[in-house]
Amino acid sequence: MSTPAEDTVWFHAGLAAALFALDPAGCGGVVLRARPGPAREAWLTRLRALLPAQTPMPRLTAGIGDENLLGGLDLPATLRAGHAVLRPGLLAQADGGVVIVPMAERLTAGTAVRIAQALDTGEVEIARDGLAARLPARCGLVLLDEGEEADEAVSAALADRAALWLDLDTVRLPDLAAPLPDLDREAARACLDGMTCDEEAVGRLCRIALALGIASLRAPVLALRVARLHAALGGRRAVAEDDLAAAAALVLAPRALHRPAEPEPAETPPESETEPAAGEGMAAQDRVLAAAAAALPAGLLARLLAGQGPRARAPSAGRAGAASAQPRRGRPVGARPGDPRRGRLALVETLRAAAPWQRLRGASPGRILMRPEDIRIRRLVQRTETTTVFAVDASGSAALERLAEAKGAVELLLAECYVRRDRVALIAFRGREADLLLPPTRSLVRAKRALAALPGGGGTPLAAGLDAAAALAEGIRRGGRTPVVVLLTDGRANVSRSGAPGRAEAAQDALAAAKALAAYGTRALLIDTASLPQESARRLAAAMAAHYLPMPQADAAQLSRAVRRETAARG
Amino acid sequence: MALTQSALSRRALKPDPLPAIRAPATGTYPFAAIVGQDEMRRALLIAAIDPSVGGVLVFGDRGTGKSTAVRALAALLPPMRAVAGCPYACDPAETAGLCATCQARLPHGLPVQAVPVPVVDLPLGATEDRVVGALDIGRALAAGEKAFEPGLLARANRGFLYIDEVNLLEDHLVDLLLDVAASGVNTVEREGLSVRHPARFVLVGSGNPEEGELRPQLLDRFGLAVEVTTPTDLPTRIEIVRRRDAYERDAAGFGAAWAGEERALRETILAARDRLGGVVVPDAALEAAARLCLALGTDGLRGELTLMRAARALASLEGQRRVTTDHLRGVAPAALRHRLRRNPLDEAGSGARVARALDEVFG
Repeated sequence: MSTPAEDTVWFHAGLAAALFALDPAGCGGVVLRARPGPAREAWLTRLRALLPAQTPMPRLTAGIGDENLLGGLDLPATLRAGHAVLRPGLLAQADGGVVIVPMAERLTAGTAVRIAQALDTGEVEIARDGLAARLPARCGLVLLDEGEEADEAVSAALADRAALWLDLDTVRLPDLAAPLPDLDREAARACLDGMTCDEEAVGRLCRIALALGIASLRAPVLALRVARLHAALGGRRAVAEDDLAAAAALVLAPRALHRPAEPEPAETPPESETEPAAGEGMAAQDRVLAAAAAALPAGLLARLLAGQGPRARAPSAGRAGAASAQPRRGRPVGARPGDPRRGRLALVETLRAAAPWQRLRGASPGRILMRPEDIRIRRLVQRTETTTVFAVDASGSAALERLAEAKGAVELLLAECYVRRDRVALIAFRGREADLLLPPTRSLVRAKRALAALPGGGGTPLAAGLDAAAALAEGIRRGGRTPVVVLLTDGRANVSRSGAPGRAEAAQDALAAAKALAAYGTRALLIDTASLPQESARRLAAAMAAHYLPMPQADAAQLSRAVRRETAARG
Repeated sequence: MALTQSALSRRALKPDPLPAIRAPATGTYPFAAIVGQDEMRRALLIAAIDPSVGGVLVFGDRGTGKSTAVRALAALLPPMRAVAGCPYACDPAETAGLCATCQARLPHGLPVQAVPVPVVDLPLGATEDRVVGALDIGRALAAGEKAFEPGLLARANRGFLYIDEVNLLEDHLVDLLLDVAASGVNTVEREGLSVRHPARFVLVGSGNPEEGELRPQLLDRFGLAVEVTTPTDLPTRIEIVRRRDAYERDAAGFGAAWAGEERALRETILAARDRLGGVVVPDAALEAAARLCLALGTDGLRGELTLMRAARALASLEGQRRVTTDHLRGVAPAALRHRLRRNPLDEAGSGARVARALDEVFG
């Protein structure tokens, strides 16, 4: 190994573990991007070893409900005590410790913001099941990100609050043997108490964050905290150059949206003359910035050169838009009298119903007399939501104005879906492949952004487009929603599944893909965007059991009316 | 088994039986120390001066201090006079709006005390029974009594109800809120209870639009809607981080350093409230407001009304006794941007559309 131990990913990860262990709540959290494996286990073991022995470290399960997350009624204790007894939820149990979140990329938006609120306030507020309480919940998160796809990333709300972002996927087994930074908790704590604050350090971290294109203000705040922790780890009572460099590398660099402009100091606005000793500061600035630049994720430059953004860690990404706070089989909206064999028993409501009658029924203390009429079951509301998947032919044969019309229709529909609280997804196919430009979302903001970036031109990989739509539709169905696929094309495929050009093979593949889509029973609508109705498009529509709609003069409003008819027909 | 008045008042006087209720450990960031975000601060102050403006929605980027500002406002508000021991903090000066218990006690005279203006958090995981109030299960189990335990809406009466991440609030809770926010009365009909109590509050919501849109019906309930974005200029950013850091390291010292400014701001609010009734709205301003709403095609009269009230509160805040077009200009984006018909094909944001209309109408 040619690189010194201090420069390896694993050493950085070990350093992050020590910093986090010193002040979990202050760091907010660690985003640990790693597949399950020895590296991840070793890191977690290391963290465990660095934390004091009795530190709570509960694991959060993916589908956790509010009762277990925030807190709820402790029924046995309540019945014993004769008054409501609170059972603290996982966040309150983790007070002073660390919450491990496996598969953090799968958290629903609702769960993520509940955790985020606890991080912000250091406590959980419980207003459930007749209980009202505020419990301390100062804890840090370890967000285990196992996302495979670019659109699977940790909820932006949580990632933004986590200071340290690590990527362990490049760590090799031999690396794990290297010595890691140690933590002398007592000494570090003592240093933290008297830590002097360097005004200039604040300015420099802010400047670097801005140079790296980081919008969120939490990043420099967290970087400052990490710089202090790093100083304390080294036994210093003042933040030094090294500490800023470490903070920049661990906190700011992984969030970078772009590389700093090469002669970075030129970027600083003229107002910076308020900063003392600007000239001397610049040289130092360069060193810290260089540390940040050195820690930038590998491949960022290549992606930037290729004209793409960074991986889905941008603040706009995350599953937030795609997640739903609602469980699959309807959500409880109170309770009603009923037979528990035909619904889930609502225990608290049942007790509530029985409670007032206990005297009258002559119950002895410590016993509760139940009658069948007391029994309450959960009232669930299940509204099957529709997700409209637009598969848009953005190839050269679909003329450019067609694309503009399709964009307009999607936006119009989105505005309607938003009123109905339905969702929209957008797939575009051109050249050799299909891209999911917009995962299912209700957000107008995200949709507009995705649409604005939709390019046109190239071949027509119709089969790829249909396959992508079918796969997405299947996922939507699994999520308990009803997919409707709207295909906008002229039906003239000329790129086959293998990506090879050639009309005949491409058309055959497209028909096969269409039949596969129909086999799942997906409701579909094909809008023929050619200037004259095409036989190929009609055949395709028949194969995918779709309504066929020639729309030579398609305009956005007309299109949206047609889709509305289709989605309304499903009921 | 009807709910007795005595049960209610006893309940109110009884200390809460639940454990571990404590004040936030960290104290509150002073409102006066918030850097930038002028529109958000102004909207919150307007709501504090004239609650009839109808609530504030703060939508925008992550980490811009949305909830910090709302919580800071709570600490800033001057105390109010309320009937001692009333769970709804009834206003002794306004006998028409009293709750049933206070009505009954009225002939004997109502004890009065100064209480802080309630700023009640509606947490996302809240259940219906705690929001609207329900049978007091503890009392029911222990004593077999049927007593009403007031919920969050009762506590928020005459104050603020704050919902962070309001766009993620469950639909059935939104429905409840819509009804109560419109009528100012909370009606509870459950578990054999039948209770009506006043629940007038200023709704304050915050959220991030990337996590989902807000239901239009709820959007409409907010008088003012402000959009916050992360500041991009370096000096402002440095100042924000510097103050945040100073506060985190020594909340008490930071609070003390800003206590003077906080007091001055509190007095400004009080003075503005006193002045509010005397602020004149000239016909020209009324007409200008109407023309603006017409140009923007806002639905209903609510837009005009909110615009007028907000402009009046702003004039009062600025120490003036007459509403001018400048005041209208100052509040029009917040009062109207969420009332525009959605036009998805218009790339410009709704704020820009209001600005455009302002230029057309006011020249």
